[in-house]
Amino acid sequence: MWKSVRSGAALLCAALLASACGGGEQAGTGAQPHEKVKLSYGVWDATQQAAMQELAAEFTKTHPDIAVDVQLTPWADYWTKLKAAVSGGAAPDVFWMNGPNFQLYASNGVIKPIEEQVDTSVYPKALVDLYTFEGKLYGLPKDMDTVGVWYNKTLFDAAKVEYPADDWTWTDFKQVAAKLTDAEKGVYAVGAQLTSFQEYQYNTIYQAGGYVISPDGKKSGYDDPRTIEGLRFWTDLIAAKQSPDLKTMTDTAPIQLFEAGKLAMYWGGSWDVAEFTKNDYTKDKVDVAPLPKGEKQATIIHGVANVMSAKTEHPAQAWEFVKFLGSKQAADILGKKGPIPAYNGAQNDWVAAHPELKLQTFLDAVAYAVPYPVSKNTAAWQEAELTHLTKAWTGEVPVDKAAADLAAGMNDLLAEE
Amino acid sequence: MTTTAETRTAPAAHAAKRRRPRTEALWGYAFIAPTGLGLAVFYLWPVLQTAYFSFTEWGAFGGHTWTGLDNYVRLLGDPEVGQAVLNTLLYTVLGLAGIPLAIVFAALLNRPGLGGVSVYRTAFFLPVVTMPVAVAMLWRWLYNGDYGLVNQVLAVVGIDGPNWIADPATAMYALVVVGVWSSVGYNLIIFLAGMQAIPRELYEAAAIDGAGRVRQFFRITLPMLSPTAFFISIVSVIGSLQLFDLVFVMTGSGQSARANPAYSRLQTVVQLFYERAFVTNDRGYAAAIVIALLVLIAALTIAQFRLQRKWVHYV
Repeated sequence: MWKSVRSGAALLCAALLASACGGGEQAGTGAQPHEKVKLSYGVWDATQQAAMQELAAEFTKTHPDIAVDVQLTPWADYWTKLKAAVSGGAAPDVFWMNGPNFQLYASNGVIKPIEEQVDTSVYPKALVDLYTFEGKLYGLPKDMDTVGVWYNKTLFDAAKVEYPADDWTWTDFKQVAAKLTDAEKGVYAVGAQLTSFQEYQYNTIYQAGGYVISPDGKKSGYDDPRTIEGLRFWTDLIAAKQSPDLKTMTDTAPIQLFEAGKLAMYWGGSWDVAEFTKNDYTKDKVDVAPLPKGEKQATIIHGVANVMSAKTEHPAQAWEFVKFLGSKQAADILGKKGPIPAYNGAQNDWVAAHPELKLQTFLDAVAYAVPYPVSKNTAAWQEAELTHLTKAWTGEVPVDKAAADLAAGMNDLLAEE
Repeated sequence: MTTTAETRTAPAAHAAKRRRPRTEALWGYAFIAPTGLGLAVFYLWPVLQTAYFSFTEWGAFGGHTWTGLDNYVRLLGDPEVGQAVLNTLLYTVLGLAGIPLAIVFAALLNRPGLGGVSVYRTAFFLPVVTMPVAVAMLWRWLYNGDYGLVNQVLAVVGIDGPNWIADPATAMYALVVVGVWSSVGYNLIIFLAGMQAIPRELYEAAAIDGAGRVRQFFRITLPMLSPTAFFISIVSVIGSLQLFDLVFVMTGSGQSARANPAYSRLQTVVQLFYERAFVTNDRGYAAAIVIALLVLIAALTIAQFRLQRKWVHYV
């Protein structure tokens, strides 16, 4: 059964990557300098597909011998399928990479390091660091995202609470949260979401002065008392009934509650702008503020990078394409209709697209942003985070005990890397 | 000459008689060859390969090394495996409740002179032909603690319903209800066929002897249906032990499903296998998990065949 599933997946990939194989055949006929080449480009976001195709077309204008086939795989299957494709030697020539998966791919040598000297000062340093493994850069940052507090102005007005100031603190946040909660109407201040550490726990952990993983990637930070403070920030909100309990958030995701007017605030990434400006309920009710300051000011910064398969048949052409995707020209196209481009100075179009929202907040946050914590096998300890912290979120186990258990489990996993 | 002719013809006739079954057998093999080949290539070979892989450890991107019994040792000490086996067995046992339910519905539908039988049959069978993913998504919505229809109905009679699939105390039972609901139609059709194969004379004779409808049901229908019930119980036990799609969709796929407080009570063996094979890429260990499941299924099926002597009546 296992094998049949696997071969099924391989068949699927084979079908989807048929064009990549076509490129391979062409390469086999002889390596002329001006051969026509077709590159495959693997992406996961359907909302960016049009922008990616536009970029591909723009690239072919200046590189007439290189055509690019944009291959969309939905997020839910992207990594499963990519792993199968890489194992079977059929990975796309160029594809999107994210932080949690990067080191796994780099350490196994299935993506190609960038040989040419490139000027990385045009990208946020946190993102360049994220895609550097053992001193080598493997990908050029494509876009970036930071986290902010989306808030429902209607609910703030109804509770006669002032909108969050740019320099608000944890203390301010807790006061506001108490005022915004209205049990009778079923309105909570915020949802202490457990399924997106990037938007929730990691931020408060760094704000409290804690850390998730030591800089050398060998030790868990979950037994640090300041890290635990960052977790307690959320469990306290649940205990005070200012956040729905975990069962409720399992049945109905916090973003749905926010879009139904049941949450006054929602900690969300800059990518949520697409959702909240489209949703009928939120489109004229929300705005965004920076995350409140704890011991420190902090937000998680993450971004997607374009990387090359180590086994690409056309390394030179793949690099040309990656370089183009990392250029200002590409960033300008992306910024008009996609996420925030990673290229510094190309982000203004993104902010200007929605003048009714304080989107500059997300760019200002880059100054104090912390990179998304990763190691070689990030997925393994991310599973442990959920397994252990679920018990703290339900109140079954005290948060410091759950965090200590998690630290022990995570340290074991890190030792195996 | 006559003698030679006789000696010639006799063995020839004999051989012809013999040859015919042999060629017939050949034709038979030829006809089953495509299916046989398919089974060998897509079922038998993968099973053998999986058995081999269960003794290996895999890298993230393929390539494996022989590690002997390591995976099995780890399996025995893994609390998650133990919990998944318990969950799966609980689901299987509770799911058997669907069998008496199907018999009762079948008996009601089999009553002579009942109007609109085809409407009822269709209604019962509809969940069977509906995609499990669609079924699971619909039930997920019905079970929603705050907005679900189930709790809204309960609220009318003053009951404050739980978060059915997020509460460790109720999650498995909520799942069994969906499982039984979606399989009762299939079982019912098989039982109906079984009931229609029972000779009418038996009921007539019983009626003459003064047995009422209820007594006829217990003394004739039930014993005569026992071979059918045996078949259904074998099939549904195997099906329940392989439960995956329903849980996968109801808890939400991927790692974030672990944020469901009831997750550890819902995780089935096949789901754990899926996570290890395709999410964490621990393929050797995943292979060991399914081989253990294979052994479990074989053991339970053999036990059922042994036990059938006690309750199955073949005419």
